[in-house]
Amino acid sequence: MATTDVLGARIKRREDPRFITGGGNYLDDIKLPGMTHAVVLRSPYAHARIRSIDTSAARTMPGVLAVYAGQDLAGVNALPCAWAAGGVQNNLNTPRVLAIDTVRWTGDGVAMVVAETREQAVDAAEAISVDYEPLPAVVDAEKATAPGAPQLHENAPNNVCMHWTVGDAEGTARAIESAEIVVRQRIVNQRLIPNPMETRGAIGRWDPGTDEYTIWMTSQAPHVMRLLIAAFVLGVPEHKIRCISPDVGGGFGSKIFLYADMVLTAWASKQLGGRPVKFVETRRENYLATTHGRDHITDLEVAGTKDGTITALRVRTKANLGAYLSTIAPGIPTTLYGRLLSGVYAIPNIYCEVDGIYTNTAMVDAYRGAGRPEATYVVERAVDLFAREAGLDPAEVRRRNFIPPDAFPYQPAVLIGQAGYGLPYDSGNYRPALERALEMAGYTNLAAAKAEARARGKYLGAGISSYIEICGVAPSKWIGLPGEGWGAGLWESANIRMHLTGKVVVTTGSQNHGQGHETTMAQIVAAELGVPFEDVLVEHSDTQGTPFGYGTYGSRSAAVGGVAAQKAALKIKEKARRLAAHMLEASPDDVVFEAGRFYVKGSPDKVKTVQEVALAASVGYDLPEGMEPFLDETAYYDPPNCTFPFGTHVAIVEVDEETGAVDLVRYVGVDDVGRKINPMIVDGQLHGGIVQGVGQALWEGAVYGDDGQLLSGSMLDYALPRASWLPTFELDETVTPSPVNPLGVKGAGEAGTIGSAAAVVNAVVDALSPFGIRHLDMPLSAPKVWRAIHASEVQS
Amino acid sequence: MIPAAFAYDRPTTVDQAVGLLAAHPGAAKVIAGGQSLLPLLKLRLARAERLIDIGRLSELKGVRRTAEGGVSIGALTTYDELGRDPLITTYGLMADVLPQIGDVQVRNRGTIGGAVAHADPASDMPAVLLALEAELVARSIRGVRTIPMRGFLRGPFVTAIEPDEILTEIRIPAPSGAYGSAYRAIEQPASGYAIAGAAVVVGRSGGGSGPLDRCAVALTGVGEMPYRAAAVEAAFLGAAGPAAAAAHATDGVTVGSDIHADRAYRAAVAAVEVRRALEAAIARAG
Repeated sequence: MATTDVLGARIKRREDPRFITGGGNYLDDIKLPGMTHAVVLRSPYAHARIRSIDTSAARTMPGVLAVYAGQDLAGVNALPCAWAAGGVQNNLNTPRVLAIDTVRWTGDGVAMVVAETREQAVDAAEAISVDYEPLPAVVDAEKATAPGAPQLHENAPNNVCMHWTVGDAEGTARAIESAEIVVRQRIVNQRLIPNPMETRGAIGRWDPGTDEYTIWMTSQAPHVMRLLIAAFVLGVPEHKIRCISPDVGGGFGSKIFLYADMVLTAWASKQLGGRPVKFVETRRENYLATTHGRDHITDLEVAGTKDGTITALRVRTKANLGAYLSTIAPGIPTTLYGRLLSGVYAIPNIYCEVDGIYTNTAMVDAYRGAGRPEATYVVERAVDLFAREAGLDPAEVRRRNFIPPDAFPYQPAVLIGQAGYGLPYDSGNYRPALERALEMAGYTNLAAAKAEARARGKYLGAGISSYIEICGVAPSKWIGLPGEGWGAGLWESANIRMHLTGKVVVTTGSQNHGQGHETTMAQIVAAELGVPFEDVLVEHSDTQGTPFGYGTYGSRSAAVGGVAAQKAALKIKEKARRLAAHMLEASPDDVVFEAGRFYVKGSPDKVKTVQEVALAASVGYDLPEGMEPFLDETAYYDPPNCTFPFGTHVAIVEVDEETGAVDLVRYVGVDDVGRKINPMIVDGQLHGGIVQGVGQALWEGAVYGDDGQLLSGSMLDYALPRASWLPTFELDETVTPSPVNPLGVKGAGEAGTIGSAAAVVNAVVDALSPFGIRHLDMPLSAPKVWRAIHASEVQS
Repeated sequence: MIPAAFAYDRPTTVDQAVGLLAAHPGAAKVIAGGQSLLPLLKLRLARAERLIDIGRLSELKGVRRTAEGGVSIGALTTYDELGRDPLITTYGLMADVLPQIGDVQVRNRGTIGGAVAHADPASDMPAVLLALEAELVARSIRGVRTIPMRGFLRGPFVTAIEPDEILTEIRIPAPSGAYGSAYRAIEQPASGYAIAGAAVVVGRSGGGSGPLDRCAVALTGVGEMPYRAAAVEAAFLGAAGPAAAAAHATDGVTVGSDIHADRAYRAAVAAVEVRRALEAAIARAG
């Protein structure tokens, strides 16, 4: 492949052969000399006081090296909350690495056994006797704020963790009062369990010779983990901790956060004189104790004129945050949710209130999309509800309210943060994506399709979702403001070394866990330096060997980390040009670069390749005056704005009236993610993302009993989508390059999930409109749909 | 996901296996394909002092035609093997049910004998065998006995098999005259087990073009164990149409309820699936 064509090429992911042939190096593949195995005993109660813990029997079991309870780790700080958004202040409650005195959800860690083998540790954990005094539990965010509800934390009366508002309360109230049409609806965005293919885990090793810790972890952000463990938890300075994420088998957000086991294994290794301690959670533990996503109860009001202009949107949301605050939990239902409620529409009045609530459930934090799917679901359901009330075609209402293409950069009021610092939508042209999706879906023939389905005994419906998302977060100047609560930056970094042989090693602070960075980052750098793609190696994952980075989430690694890599390549190229000029005995200003070759303007026959320059820089005996040897450059990139991908998805469903079963028969998506580094990888991201949104719409949902037991505690009871349930996705694109970054990329990791849930629900509600059904909450399971259809006949 | 410790035997003959069972009264569990027992052991929802692994007893594998024209199925025959066997797939309801049981891995390892002996109340195969009026053969050191499928299931996860017995064979009688059969189910999406599954066999005892005078209907997933729907059969044989007959699908049955489907839904779709299976079976009977 010509090096100039590598950017934008459909190159197969170079990491896949090792993943699909068993050559990956995942956490549980790591075996260290003298390694021990840890198992955490978890509370069977959602809320209980711990009267006593008897570990004596467990300590005498075969192979047991140590048994620790919460009191043994009283000197280890509670895990920090790193994003105290939403006004969380003195009612911030975070988990200890092992509970002391009180457990607050089924899955709360109570004790840890370390043994020679995992089998021995499991057996010994069973022999620990804990005397619990059960306390009343509450799992629902609304019930948790009712009078008389069980209270989780003394400093959070009524279990309220935070109250956050955004937008214009008075203006929105006035607009709603004076509107021709107002629609009100309660909608629930149910709790989801992320389900990465690889469960989580950690290996801690303390080196008695150097007093240094190495922690292997299944993390999306190893640099941030090191920072948090050093600064807040263990009291060990940063330079004494090394964090390594080996190959990571998916995360979907749940592996961004700091978990107790990362600390426990490192701490225990020191107690054991330096023997490494491995912890790998079971799938059941992953369900119980790793973070969940979503869980909003929302009352929305949408108002407008009879001719279809939306004038106001008011949203009141109760966000269930679980028993404690996970690492970035408060930012999800605030900054990443309320600030996106304008969607792709020019809505003049928006107001949103969010209450963050503690309940006796697993912690809730970012899950693919993280706040933005919840916002899109509210907006896109609101548009459909409004269209129906106005008696208008939902497509026409969307056209009428789209932000027009000449209005960019467009600044929604809800995206203006503290001190008036706003993030405008960077670029967009929403209508072409809508029209193309409608055309592909055959939307104008919908009535005929419905009639044809009726003849077969089915009810057909079509649903539209025109979404936007905030990607590439980013601007440190914005996210770091006190009002957003992040209190840190979100820039990224990359280092490039060009070796004597002309081979290139890129190290990035981004953290590949399924996105294909080893391929896309190499494409960016190969294109910039004009070297073969095969000559570029991308390394990541190790705080010792890579420059600091905030990690991979929020669809930010192309738009932030990728640009950092490009910037580092530009620095390499600039130094190489000066050296090439020296070698060509010319002035640097006269030297041009083209496809990996330097030559003097007007003399393209006499060239120095970038590899020849790298050799000269490496041996370093004939360099221009003052130039340091070697081509080795590091770049940091902090974008001026986020990016805002968008698109329109259309779902076509058929409903079986007799059983309530929903069949997704067609799925059309037209996405605009800006320029694409690798369209094949973008397709893969969109496919996976769409499946996860469809999964939420139709099948997935975490269910807790009123006593706090997780009833959907395994894959036997939590329905993940299967390939055979899905149609072939029909995808197309529009391309509106982002002006924010020089690559023009926007981000694609979450777009599918953000757009798809609303499209499917809108389609099912459309199919059910002959029954007078206006709304149903996800998942749209067959029993739920059946009950809605047969509501008049069925007594509960 | 690590089971508690257990002793493990792998006998090489059925005689050895029943001998081991008799030697450890009440303390041993028999494991075949492991598709039901192993997850329970790994989750420590079940424990076994001793596992007797009969999974490699080749004498219990395979399908053959019996002298009476029926079919004999070795208890260790996997779903996948059944699904490829023309002696089996000639039964319409077998062709319906086999591809939808579990997933590829389960069908490759899971055995028909294991499924029936495990007696999950929502398992497909027990209902199919009830409708086919199958007989089960059990062996112990005391001898061999035959148990009709009707009467074999005693409750959720409870069967007529004695602790010292091993299920060795399933016999399906020869279909008499013209007949048709079908299986229809609506599944709980996570587990794939039936919320309501209906197995139907209809036939004409004399063949030819007379009225359908034989009807066997069995349901699974609905009550505490798979059952023959006698009221549906009686109504159908009393000349009720499929819809009217199917309305009796849950007569006399305590319909179950869980987080996936409540009573009203289960009862309603039980009738729907029975009607659909009846219609399909009638069409196949020609």
